[in-house]
Amino acid sequence: MKKIYLMVMVISAFVFSASAHSKSDELYQQLGGTQGIEQVVEDLLFNVADDRRIRHHFVDIDIVRLHEKLSEQICELAGGPCVYTGDDMVTSHTGMGVTRADFNALVEALQLAMDDNHISISAQNRLLAMLAQMHHEIVNL
Amino acid sequence: MRNSKRIGFKSFSTLLLGVSALCMSAHAADGRLLATGGATNIEGAAGGGLVPWAVISGYTEDDEIGGTVSLSRAQVDDYRLDVTAASFSYRNRFEFSIAEQMFNLENLGTELRQQIFGIKYRVAGDLVYGAMPQVSAGVLYKKNSRYDLPELVGSQRDSDWEGYVAASKVWLAGPFDRTWLANVTVRATRANQFGLLGFGGDINDSHELQLEAATGLFLHRSVAVGLEYRQKPNNLGFADEENAMSAFVAWFPSKNVALVGAYLDLGSIAGANNQTGYYLSLQASF
Repeated sequence: MKKIYLMVMVISAFVFSASAHSKSDELYQQLGGTQGIEQVVEDLLFNVADDRRIRHHFVDIDIVRLHEKLSEQICELAGGPCVYTGDDMVTSHTGMGVTRADFNALVEALQLAMDDNHISISAQNRLLAMLAQMHHEIVNL
Repeated sequence: MRNSKRIGFKSFSTLLLGVSALCMSAHAADGRLLATGGATNIEGAAGGGLVPWAVISGYTEDDEIGGTVSLSRAQVDDYRLDVTAASFSYRNRFEFSIAEQMFNLENLGTELRQQIFGIKYRVAGDLVYGAMPQVSAGVLYKKNSRYDLPELVGSQRDSDWEGYVAASKVWLAGPFDRTWLANVTVRATRANQFGLLGFGGDINDSHELQLEAATGLFLHRSVAVGLEYRQKPNNLGFADEENAMSAFVAWFPSKNVALVGAYLDLGSIAGANNQTGYYLSLQASF
């Protein structure tokens, strides 16, 4: 019994290469295509506006442009037929003073937006994993 | 004796409920993502149930302060362990913890007690972000406040230090596009049955390195299932000590509350074999 437990644990700890995905638009489709992504981003921005922790970062910016660029970026990341035309992450966040807690608050705003749009857990996780890779290009600049 | 203990437990529960109600109304540290403070292990450190993980308790990020209070119970065939614990955390960096353990030997009609003071420091890395796992180092100081029985069975001292290094890592989209966690902890210890039967013995009286591990699978960001394994030394000649393991379900309904239920297999304890049973833990964070 104990040996089985240990084996399961060792296997699950090391077999993390199994989650490779082919370059397809699967995630884009799971997010509801361009329209679905635009709706998620809209809800995300409403959640941010309601969030005392981070809304100050969004006060003096062109929210329509942000919605457009963020939607493009997520669409492109998800394998959709879009091209991100905004600045790179470092440029767009330099001087903003985004803290680690701010970044997490934004993740939570996105999670709630995806929940509200009935995005599956697997699609949520895949998108979050992609965005998490940008953490060092956004935080504490 | 039994009655006064009950009352003590009850008043602590009331306190815990009061504190958690307060937490929910007051502003709590919430700079980290849900579940990243883990639960409270039986020694009061943030982690799973059996194993202290590299995570820092509560949800403190940047310059936030916070902490947890918790009540846990492990009930196996012939023994029951009740743990009341509290922790304080500063940034996603320091964790200080205190735990009071009451170990009921149901067959003997007696009880052992131990206090544990812990400190944990996140050395490097981050649980969620970046390629590097979160690595923390911790020290536990354990003291038996009832030492008659441990001494009788060959324990060499009633208090001792333990040190550990833990590495934890989360994969947001691991296999099956689910979020996974893995933790490995190496501990230097000479505790007998977690220290409840004292420290050191006739077979061995020096610190030995023990391996502990945990894995978790998040079915949803608020619900994880997983396994824990904890190697333990075998210092006392009077009875064999075996490794411990558990299979757990953890539920994080909010950043204020965590509830853990587990199946426990603690092996042989003081001559009583196959000690299996359940574990329940309730944690409030603030």
